[in-house]
Amino acid sequence: MDLSYSPAELAFRDEVRGFLAANLPARISDAVRAGGELDRQTMQDWHAILAARGWLAASWPKEHGGPGWSPVERHIFEEECCRAYAPRVVPFGVSMLGPVLIRFGSERQKAAYLPRILSGEDWWCQGYSEPGAGSDLASLRTRAVREGDHYVVNGQKTWTTLGQHANRIFCLVRTDPEAKPQAGISFLLVDLDTPGIEMRPIRLIEGGYEVNEVFFTDVRVPVGNLVGEENTGWTIAKFLLTHERTNIAGVGFSMQALEEVKALARKIRRGGRPLIEDPLFAARLARVEIDLEAMKITNLRMLYRAQKNGQPGPETSILKIKGTVIMQELRDLARRALGPMAAPFPGPATEGNLTFGPPDSAHNAARYFNGRKTSIYGGSNEIQRNILTKTMLEL
Amino acid sequence: MDFDLTDDRQMLSETLRRYLAESYPVPHRNAVAYEAPFHDPAQWQALADLGVIGALVPEAAGGFGGAGFDISVVFEELGRGLCPEPFLGALLAARLMLAAGEDVSELMAGTTHYALASAEIDAPYAADLIATEARAEGGGWRLTGRKSAVYGGQVAARFLVTAKAEGRLALFEVPAAAATVAGYGMIDGGGATELVLDRTPGRLMLEDASEALAAAEQAGIVALCAEAVGLMDVSHAMLLDYLRTRTQFGRPIGQFQALQHRAVDMLTEIEQARSITIAAAAALDGPDAGRMAAMAKSLIGRVARQVAEETVQMHGGIAMTWEAPVSHYAKRLVMLDAQLGDTDLHLARVMTGYAA
Repeated sequence: MDLSYSPAELAFRDEVRGFLAANLPARISDAVRAGGELDRQTMQDWHAILAARGWLAASWPKEHGGPGWSPVERHIFEEECCRAYAPRVVPFGVSMLGPVLIRFGSERQKAAYLPRILSGEDWWCQGYSEPGAGSDLASLRTRAVREGDHYVVNGQKTWTTLGQHANRIFCLVRTDPEAKPQAGISFLLVDLDTPGIEMRPIRLIEGGYEVNEVFFTDVRVPVGNLVGEENTGWTIAKFLLTHERTNIAGVGFSMQALEEVKALARKIRRGGRPLIEDPLFAARLARVEIDLEAMKITNLRMLYRAQKNGQPGPETSILKIKGTVIMQELRDLARRALGPMAAPFPGPATEGNLTFGPPDSAHNAARYFNGRKTSIYGGSNEIQRNILTKTMLEL
Repeated sequence: MDFDLTDDRQMLSETLRRYLAESYPVPHRNAVAYEAPFHDPAQWQALADLGVIGALVPEAAGGFGGAGFDISVVFEELGRGLCPEPFLGALLAARLMLAAGEDVSELMAGTTHYALASAEIDAPYAADLIATEARAEGGGWRLTGRKSAVYGGQVAARFLVTAKAEGRLALFEVPAAAATVAGYGMIDGGGATELVLDRTPGRLMLEDASEALAAAEQAGIVALCAEAVGLMDVSHAMLLDYLRTRTQFGRPIGQFQALQHRAVDMLTEIEQARSITIAAAAALDGPDAGRMAAMAKSLIGRVARQVAEETVQMHGGIAMTWEAPVSHYAKRLVMLDAQLGDTDLHLARVMTGYAA
């Protein structure tokens, strides 16, 4: 048992720290710290800075342009990025499609798409969920019918995050409606410029715009854009869902949030003293801090196991469940700390008038409401419990 | 970073697990744990001979362990086996005696029992609030007061007693024969005593025992947390067995999602409990030992109760019986919260770090 990093890992951490200190522009970290939505250019700029250093695709092997990091090194990198308030790398191309292509893609697909992910030429988005296929993803109905050298795609995808910035989408489509649900699905790459695609924004609970509906009407997709074999899409989908899990607990982000709540509660006065000295508030905070402290170790233990076994195990669902709840609890405490000053709605009607309350009070209620998504997306926490029931409890 | 046990600790863990399973099964444990003297002298000696106490003592003092992970390995197995032997007292005593520079060879050999007498009815956890006093008299010290919840007190030959001496929190040794000892059995097994001191002679061990006592408590907390992890692992495994085999409405009740998700939540919390115990064991004797012990004991108190209550609830009526082992595990899980500070006390300790 040894919870400390090795000298080599510590040296790596210092290297990452040094890089971030020298290369993360203050305008970008300030924007992250402020907590609002980042615009496309800001995200692109950060990607370019990481790509220039060869650190954008943290999970890729060296031969494909990744840094070839171990799970622990990736964890250290993510930890340091959080500490420095670097933007989260947009996962759809780098963390999701990249590993899928490396594992299942043809040589032509790898050569065509991987470099464009690294260069930022392509911005990918995800076409998984449908209005009638959420938790029961395998019941998806978007059809792809083979006609000569093309698939003709008809249907609707939803919850497509940052699709408004994207030029390409990877989709799960039904290629065999007769087979049992999981066996008739294929994984298809689609150019969003293809005629017949319409993207419509979905406004979220807090008023923000990050997800979309995507409509496909007779969209012709070259068969060369099929990843893997026809009707093996479910295998790829499962690989993708379990692959990028080292940061699923979001420990670094929760540590950030914990420090923000503490700073806020020291500044805000309630009943004639700093809020942090209010025993009821402090007790709520201490309880989450303890959970987070335990989660740090749980995360490292699972990372260690992933490093030893070469891949993350099913127990990572524990990280998803507990990690999201901790983050949500912290967002609730920030909102609660601000009291009535959490109410101002940072939309067009308020823009420019947010001069009241503590200077960092904006966005806290919005982040609380937006954060409710984390226990729903990526396989809801209830689906995670179903997975754990099968894999860990064997019931 | 390494989350595997060293070979030596792995071996100790396996030896102890095998030994307790074979020689101290639950029916024997129940026969021992609820009747005076609330432990099995032959088993105590056998476990001491296996090195259970030696593992709690550093090499420099003649043992072969003493670090946080030595303590956690031993007590996790004692928890798995639901062992009622008073090793917690031995651990606390060893730490205090070593702080006082005293010899622990008899304690380690298992031949002399020691028990810590610090808690009082109005100060069950906070040693600085105790009322027991020591007065210098004729070149020695005499102690007056009443100690409560002295674990393993029935069999102790020597008590380590905290008392206020000239305004300071001091530690004395009092032989059992010199004090009035009133023993009782505990609902979760094992025995404890009240200790009545009335101008009882005591030998001064530490003039200012505050730091040594806090450090010993931190070690004791690692022990209790690890014991709870062992208890919870076994409880959860027994629950899963039951969910797979108990049939109602024509199918195993483990097929009902209402139970599945709760069993998963228990798993999640048990993993968190294991993690915080690892963190506390790693931090023991370091600068962060107090904070991590407080975090661990607070979380364990919360999770242990959840696991105990959910295990009983999902077993249904059978868990309400004396005969079902799960009921005895549940009692121990709930009651260990009241040893060395409960979940709220330790939450408050974490909170004291906030004001600044």
